[in-house]
Amino acid sequence: MDIAVIRSYLPLFQEAGWLTLRLGLMGIALAIVVGLICAAVHYWRIPVLNKIVTVYIEISRNTPLLIQLFFIYYGLPKLGIRTNPAACGVAGLAFLGGSYMSEAFRSGLESVATIQRESAMSLGMTNGQTFRYVILPQAMSVSVPPFVANVIFLLKETSVFSAVSLMDLMFTAKDLIGLYYNTTESLFLLVLCYLVILLPVSLLGSLLERRLRYAGFGV
Amino acid sequence: MPDLGFEVLLKGKNFARLMGGVWVALRISLISVVISIPLGILLGIVMTWKNPISRVLTRIYLEIIRIMPQLVLLFLVFFGTTRSFGWDISGELASIIVFSLWGTAEMGDLVRGALISIPIHQYESASALGLSSGQTFLYIIIPQTIRRLIPLSINLITRMIKTTSLVLMIGVVEVLKVAQQIIEANRMASPNAAFGIYLTVFILYFLACWPISLVAKALERRWQ
Repeated sequence: MDIAVIRSYLPLFQEAGWLTLRLGLMGIALAIVVGLICAAVHYWRIPVLNKIVTVYIEISRNTPLLIQLFFIYYGLPKLGIRTNPAACGVAGLAFLGGSYMSEAFRSGLESVATIQRESAMSLGMTNGQTFRYVILPQAMSVSVPPFVANVIFLLKETSVFSAVSLMDLMFTAKDLIGLYYNTTESLFLLVLCYLVILLPVSLLGSLLERRLRYAGFGV
Repeated sequence: MPDLGFEVLLKGKNFARLMGGVWVALRISLISVVISIPLGILLGIVMTWKNPISRVLTRIYLEIIRIMPQLVLLFLVFFGTTRSFGWDISGELASIIVFSLWGTAEMGDLVRGALISIPIHQYESASALGLSSGQTFLYIIIPQTIRRLIPLSINLITRMIKTTSLVLMIGVVEVLKVAQQIIEANRMASPNAAFGIYLTVFILYFLACWPISLVAKALERRWQ
């Protein structure tokens, strides 16, 4: 291991790390939106959309992100739908993550017993109040662990972004290995960068889970 | 309707080659599953031991494997270990090693979760009935654990198949690589082939994973 080499590579990895983090967070934010919409469609059983969402979830959960990205980036332009790599990465992550997020939210909503809703209604709460004060807090405590797991999963999945020529951490590492053969240093920095990104999320997640466990009474 | 590359698939041996690529991907995941399920069961049992040393060691193993993206692990084994130890392994062997390590960790965690989810009174009632600890394990614990475990491990298989798509990045010629080759070879004749061929790969992956995940879902519902 050569410290001078590591020092000279550090700015490159820093830049790539920011790119990974930025696109990852954008993708996750979109995935949350998609997941919320899908979970809402399932929860209120909206007729036609319900079926579409089911199909979408099955497709998205049973195909790998790499294939989805290849299809979006190399396949769709042939139909005239052209995207730049960054948008493609974010879209792919949102497409994949949407279904995982939706499952997390749905499991939370479904875990709240019907009697909770009925009791709230009989106390004279409106639909909105019931959802806001009774359903949502209980659903959240169930949804948070899978939600955090999904965030970590999606951040890890960003590692395939290099396949659509985004200069993320994997791309930088592979490029540097190919150019200078400093394999050990490049891989060390690669692991380090991913640890810097993923460890805090993982620790924060377990803290949050412990904190929210109080909310689930009788679960 | 422009030419979207579906007829390229029917030309010559293209479709057979693509299926050959699917087989490479499936073979890697099947071998890894076969290795990681027994090892994972062992790891899961070890993780429930009260011994602090085994506890810390298994925990470290699990956390390291789980926090790194699988692609990073592939790079570490394929580029890193070959460089450090001076051996020469094929991309396929490297991916089997990585997926087995990863699968063992995931399976171990599932087994641990299933084992500790068995309430303590099951053990106590069994010993109150005069069963030895071996009998308790064989007749009381294992049947209950397996019910919880089978749907989860079937899910692990689909995750394994999906993850094998990554082996493209370390130069294994699997379905996606074959697809690229076919597209390159027919660039002049049908420039739009990328759409049809990548769509086919997409569908092939879906067809490989979907039935398995349906089985897992059905079993989960039935045994709840």
